[in-house]
Amino acid sequence: MSREQRGSRNDAERHPLFLPAILVGGVVFGFGLGLSQMYRPEVVLRFLQLTDLGLLLVMGGASVVAGVAFAVMSKTGGSAPLTGTQFGKRVKSMDRNVLLGGGIFGVGWGLSGICPGAAYASLGVGNVTILYAVAGMFVGAYVQGYVRSNVGATEGATEEPA
Amino acid sequence: MLAETLLPNGWVHYLLGGLLIGGGTVIIYLTTGITAGASTFLESTLSYVSGQSRFQQYRFRASRDWRVVFTLGIVLGGAVYGLAFGEFGWTTDVQWWRLLVGGVLVGVGTRLGKGCTSGHGVCGVGSLSETSLLNVATFVGIAIGTAQIVAALGVSP
Repeated sequence: MSREQRGSRNDAERHPLFLPAILVGGVVFGFGLGLSQMYRPEVVLRFLQLTDLGLLLVMGGASVVAGVAFAVMSKTGGSAPLTGTQFGKRVKSMDRNVLLGGGIFGVGWGLSGICPGAAYASLGVGNVTILYAVAGMFVGAYVQGYVRSNVGATEGATEEPA
Repeated sequence: MLAETLLPNGWVHYLLGGLLIGGGTVIIYLTTGITAGASTFLESTLSYVSGQSRFQQYRFRASRDWRVVFTLGIVLGGAVYGLAFGEFGWTTDVQWWRLLVGGVLVGVGTRLGKGCTSGHGVCGVGSLSETSLLNVATFVGIAIGTAQIVAALGVSP
């Protein structure tokens, strides 16, 4: 059972503060995407064209903060107060889809300058034009899910357990 | 001097924004133990409307409600930022077809590759996961190449 799954029990078993905690985390996350200007595809494209490397500070700062928390809490062996989930790190299994998917994502990111979290935040800032990207993401996610549901049943075998 | 060349628009807001993105991730992690990524929302939300077996997996059905809340939080956070800093209502000049076609590829690629800039880029890199480091190196490298080609072809904005 994956960590994400263990964190998502039936409503009846859930701590009343579970969803509020997720909401607060999301708001801080989205505010950060605003302050860092990552909600603007133009700014991401400036990084990808190597004329403003600010994105390195954004991703670096975020991953260091998260990484320190993951490392410290994992060592304690303790569990999260609202779910009882044991603290751990984010580890996903390696297969060719990780590289193939990363490559396809890279083409899309390089063309549009937008990624999922930044698109949600951009919508919040009132950038309605970003709905083209959000719609595209749902179409893309649906297409890959449709193909993997109906073509080559062995594909699922490489997935994470649940 | 070098900083002005590499970071012509300053650096403080980039770093503070990044620390807050990490902070939001940590709030969810410390309270729930979840290392949340933003792109799973796409598939878990499709489980509400599509019977395809891929979307009906337990991991998507069981997490779909809190992932909606997470995404609404991100939208709300963007709105609070926009209102607080007078940027609310800003719209991108990047052409619609780039957003749409790029979005489709982002949707396919992030789900096939098991994560995006937050799942692999923030949580996975923070975990020093080899899988995530390889994924991030791939999408950043390919994205830089793609953006250079698009710019060289004269497509702007």
